[in-house]
Amino acid sequence: MEDRSAAVRAAPVPEADGRVLPVAEPLARLLPAGGLRRGSTVALPPGPAATSLLFALIAEASAGGAWAAVVGRPGLGLVAAAEAGVRLERLALVPEPGPDLVAVVVALLDGMDVVAVAGAERVRAAERQRLAARARQRGAVLVALGSWPGADLELACTDVGWHGLGTGAGRLRERRVGVRVRGRGTAAAGRSGAVLLPGPDGAVAPAPRGPAVAPLREVERVAG
Amino acid sequence: MSRPATPTRVLALWSPDWPVTAAAMAARVPTHRPAAVVVANRVLACSAVARAHGVRRGLRRREAQARCPDLAVLAPDPDRDARAFEPVVAAVEELAPGVEVVRPGLVALPARGPVSWFGGELEAAEALVDQVAARTGVECRVGVADGLFAAVLAARRALIVAPGDTPAFLAPLGVEELDREPDVDRSELVGLLRRLGLRSLGAFAALDPEDVASRFGADAVLCHRLARGLDPRPPVRRTPPEELAVEVELDPPVDRVDAAAFAARGLAERLHRTLASHGLSCTRLGVAARTVGGEELHRIWRCAEPLTPAGTVDRVRWQLDAWLTRRRRAGDLPDEAEGGAVALLRLVPEETVTAGALQLGLWGDVGEADERAGRALVRVQALLGPESVVTAVLVGGRDPDEQVRFVPWGDDRDLGLPAPAAEPPERRLRPAGSDASAPAGEERTWASSGPDVAPAGWPEDVVRSTGRVSAADLPEAERMRTTNRRRRVPAPRRPAGRPVPRDPPPSWPGRLPAPSPATVPPRPIPAELTAADGSPVRLRAPDLLLGLPGFVAVDGGAPRRVQGWAGPWPVQQRWWEGRSEASRLQVALDDGGALLLVFRDDRWWVAGEYD
Repeated sequence: MEDRSAAVRAAPVPEADGRVLPVAEPLARLLPAGGLRRGSTVALPPGPAATSLLFALIAEASAGGAWAAVVGRPGLGLVAAAEAGVRLERLALVPEPGPDLVAVVVALLDGMDVVAVAGAERVRAAERQRLAARARQRGAVLVALGSWPGADLELACTDVGWHGLGTGAGRLRERRVGVRVRGRGTAAAGRSGAVLLPGPDGAVAPAPRGPAVAPLREVERVAG
Repeated sequence: MSRPATPTRVLALWSPDWPVTAAAMAARVPTHRPAAVVVANRVLACSAVARAHGVRRGLRRREAQARCPDLAVLAPDPDRDARAFEPVVAAVEELAPGVEVVRPGLVALPARGPVSWFGGELEAAEALVDQVAARTGVECRVGVADGLFAAVLAARRALIVAPGDTPAFLAPLGVEELDREPDVDRSELVGLLRRLGLRSLGAFAALDPEDVASRFGADAVLCHRLARGLDPRPPVRRTPPEELAVEVELDPPVDRVDAAAFAARGLAERLHRTLASHGLSCTRLGVAARTVGGEELHRIWRCAEPLTPAGTVDRVRWQLDAWLTRRRRAGDLPDEAEGGAVALLRLVPEETVTAGALQLGLWGDVGEADERAGRALVRVQALLGPESVVTAVLVGGRDPDEQVRFVPWGDDRDLGLPAPAAEPPERRLRPAGSDASAPAGEERTWASSGPDVAPAGWPEDVVRSTGRVSAADLPEAERMRTTNRRRRVPAPRRPAGRPVPRDPPPSWPGRLPAPSPATVPPRPIPAELTAADGSPVRLRAPDLLLGLPGFVAVDGGAPRRVQGWAGPWPVQQRWWEGRSEASRLQVALDDGGALLLVFRDDRWWVAGEYD
């Protein structure tokens, strides 16, 4: 039963109790549940601004007392994380999980609210489903830094443009990105919108006069 | 039960300025060079040579260096102090039993044994000083008196106080002597006594104990007993029942300090839970270990204040560190080293007092979610080793990699380092709409203050003018300003949560302002910066590029076209460590990426990726 629901994952999952981890406002508008639904799996495929997107997703929850862990990702810019609003004392890092990646993630899902995993591509599909089921059962959010077939949500950044830098003048100030949310199951209506990621102070901010949230045609096709 | 009024003869062996001695040994500073251990910008301890130059405890670092330019400034490290002290303790223990480590640098032992063996207190003192000097090369002084407090004071003066003369010995000493323990802060009591005109221990001792108790409180009663030359512990002390000792079998046996400390943490937690359930606190802790080879090691730590759990862990770690390191240094053969691994660890509360307010908040008021998270992290540590789970602490620094220190989970996140100045307040994190408690106006200030202010290091005009324009075109004063600049924003004051003395939050002129790179490679990645025609772009001066950046190739990859760039911003720091100066360049690429490049050692490196 467990395996089937993990494999199909079409209907809203009953194990998730509907609680939602808060996400900063500009991003929350794009997410179907208005935040990170506990028990869900979110994929951040490699691409521009993927790391900043991770920080932006966990910042609000972290400030509210939630715990997050990042596994298998050495070289995380922790200053940027702090600027994005992540509380570093509640951000556990396991940079080198070694061959025990799955065991480590399972252990973390028991206690953490958000577990971000890098290098999950080398995890076998059956193990991936086990992890997703575990997250669902424990009410944690599993964030895959990389592709994760069967994820509830997939967030990616497009149309990345930095502001503040000239030719030999200025400095990097803010980056306008289009965030595209593709979803399966509960998130049928894929959406995209422009945000500043990071904004001027390092945290995610609403883009100034960006286009309104628009449904995305190809996402509907994927979802359908 | 012995009568409390007659304290036993105690022999104290004190090595002056132990933190400095240990630090100088570790840093290989020659003994004739003045040295000082500095914490929070103040001299914590200094060597005799430094003292001769006018350096004093509590002096500001800068002033100390002004008085003594040759001063070797050393960092404090309690672990190192304890580890370095172990050979001294071992040397003393060869001659006399029952050695108690009061703190690194000071041991106490009952005088009766060595005195009767060597035939006199003077002879015993001589023998111990000679033994320590011969075995370890450490200079130390011995004092003998009735009770530990008087013995320590006698050791500072290298005196032997005749039996019964202790109150007379103490009477002329100043009340400041009560505040000599580094763990206990009695400056308030001492200041009060001085203001009341009680300047000597004798004057304080002449007060009625009841008056002291009713006027000054519990700690003052203890001090009053000390001043009268009585046993410091209140007479309510009791011998702990045997079952309070906790032990753990280590399987597999542990021969690494970090792994042993990890085991010690759980054990200390258990010990304190047991003690708390009996309403007790521990004032003398016995640390015992059995090695695989069957050797039994035992050491007693004595504390002025009841041990906190963190203090217990520290002492166990120091002790294990000392044992394991000594073994390694002794040059054991590999198979013998196997026998030296610790197989059993045992904590014995040798002396307990009834817990006062200490039993509350033993492990802090940890919420359920925090506890759950902590358990998960400990389980990962059990899988991968204690060093594998870390949290980050922001510290000062200019480059992104300098600003972060990693602390293994469970260790103290308070590194004793000042927090960075520019940490934004928490309220900023909440969206203006969702949090009613955050006034929207303030939200706005934070959000809008970002783009309008110039980066800390460089005001707008300089940022614009560096880069392509030759620096020679700039006025001299402005060119100088690009490197050394004062910060505009005064550092926000953090609420003083703990009384630990801190450095003021330092400013880091030239620090890159937010946003910071989201990816900081653990070690810099080599990069090639070329102009549009393919010729390499280098630096002519720290703030002057030779050519216009056109393409960046990271780590031998395909060249990516540069869309915009800014810099180079030179940073000159740590010239005293031989670190070459560096210049930084922000580059935005055509494909949406942005890089922080650093020119160091005659080539470009990727120090951060804004992804």
